[in-house]
Amino acid sequence: MEYLQAQNVTFSYDGDDGMEPIQVLRGVSMEIQKGEFVALLGHNGSGKSTMAKHFNAMLLPSGGRVYVDGLDTMDDALKYEIRRRVGLVLQNPDNQLVASIVEEDVAFGPENLGVAPEEIRRRVDDALKAVDMYAFRMHAPYKLSGGQKQRIAIAGIIAMQPDCIVLDEPTAMLDPRGRSEVLETIQKLNREKGITIVLITHYMDEAVLADRVVVMDNGKILTQGTPRQVFSQVQLLKKHQLDVPQATELIFRLKAMGCSLPDGILNEEECAAALELLLGKPC
Amino acid sequence: MLSDITLGQYLPGNSVLHRMDPRVKLILTFACIVFIFVAGNLWSLLCMVALVAGGMLLSGVPVGQYLKSLRAIIVIVVFTSVLNLFYGNGDLLLKIGVMEIRTGGVLNSIFIAIRIITLILFSAILTFTTSPTQLTDAMERIMKPLTVFHIKVHEIAMMMTIALRFVPTLLEETDKIMSAQKARGADMESGGLVQRAKALIPILIPLFVSSFRRAYDLAMAMECRCYHGGEGRTKMKSLHITGLDIYSCCVTAVFFAAVILLNLFLPGLF
Repeated sequence: MEYLQAQNVTFSYDGDDGMEPIQVLRGVSMEIQKGEFVALLGHNGSGKSTMAKHFNAMLLPSGGRVYVDGLDTMDDALKYEIRRRVGLVLQNPDNQLVASIVEEDVAFGPENLGVAPEEIRRRVDDALKAVDMYAFRMHAPYKLSGGQKQRIAIAGIIAMQPDCIVLDEPTAMLDPRGRSEVLETIQKLNREKGITIVLITHYMDEAVLADRVVVMDNGKILTQGTPRQVFSQVQLLKKHQLDVPQATELIFRLKAMGCSLPDGILNEEECAAALELLLGKPC
Repeated sequence: MLSDITLGQYLPGNSVLHRMDPRVKLILTFACIVFIFVAGNLWSLLCMVALVAGGMLLSGVPVGQYLKSLRAIIVIVVFTSVLNLFYGNGDLLLKIGVMEIRTGGVLNSIFIAIRIITLILFSAILTFTTSPTQLTDAMERIMKPLTVFHIKVHEIAMMMTIALRFVPTLLEETDKIMSAQKARGADMESGGLVQRAKALIPILIPLFVSSFRRAYDLAMAMECRCYHGGEGRTKMKSLHITGLDIYSCCVTAVFFAAVILLNLFLPGLF
């Protein structure tokens, strides 16, 4: 059953004095199933972050409707109910931590929900273990690395026991190590706890990890499907100034030069295997 | 360099003082500071010195940390003691022009120096053993009765928590901006006072702009986590007064009594 449902959503910001409103979303419809891992791709200004904020009622559609677990985000009375179910992790880990001690920050969400103290304690410990940061529970966030801080931010959301986590470019400000830490955490939460994940990113190799990729361009959905289906459309993506994973790009160029290679190559291993087959010897 | 300011920084631990109720710690610290000024002679002040030394030992925080926190105020200590050298009666020790240093003045300046140092040490014990969240939590509970006068106690406490949380972040950022401006040839070390103040502008403006951006992000993150003011909010760590707190109140009270008695019975000692 679909957990998140956007029906023909439009959204526009008010322009400056006398200017026309700026149209960001131009009729987006999508459905995300419970337990699914969806990557939302698009370059800057495609409307992907704006779409993300519609999923937890941080932004309300100018037209159309967004439903979370059947709840209408337009209903103000359901606002906190929706935000408990759908957590949002932002790009800059420094700006979303509230308290000066890791475990107190993780407790912030459940405290707001009015959960009993012993229950909060249990949830905080569980959440910190889930992101593998339990050993750091007494540390000050500013002494941690970017990847660690982002995992604390994720733990802060998990402690509210959400069904779904929306991550708005969570790795954009991290070094490669921090990136892989965060991605591993996300995948683990999706697999082991069945949490629905919506990962907004402009890194193609992150999108490959998802069950489904939705590509947005200019406030609309350009194409969607499994990573293999989406990244087979190299020409379409390139036309809209989007990258494809490096391995896919290489195969695409070789094919353009006349080599006979299969479609839908996503990672280095597949690429190497395909080239081996072509050359008839290991490479 | 900017980031190792120790004044007001929590050092996690599990000592007796770490385990005390933050409300009790806050009130006791405040009372101790008052009693430093109640202590009118060297002997009663030494009582407070003994109390602060006891506290430092019990806190389990290395002495080096305390010395670091004193380093920040060394200028003030020296300045006020030097000023006080010239006030006081007694035998004339030294005469520089119209300035006279007498024995009373020397005693006076030592007295003042001890007072300031003890005061800083008391507050250092509090901040080293109490996390900022506990501290603001304690203030929120202590000020709770003020809600009757429509004072937004929870909001004030939340503002303090956030301010304390962002101090190291903004310090780090200031450091970065300074390096960036220096790399572009900004000169911050030479020139007179006015020129130096002007040199701060290219640091303050980016810092301000980024603070607003941070505030916007933080507000959004807090809303995402269902923050809606103090109403219906619970706390993970509820505060409890334990036997430990009562015991430490009693010990402090004994010291306070000693201060008053010494004040009364040894008034002329200095």
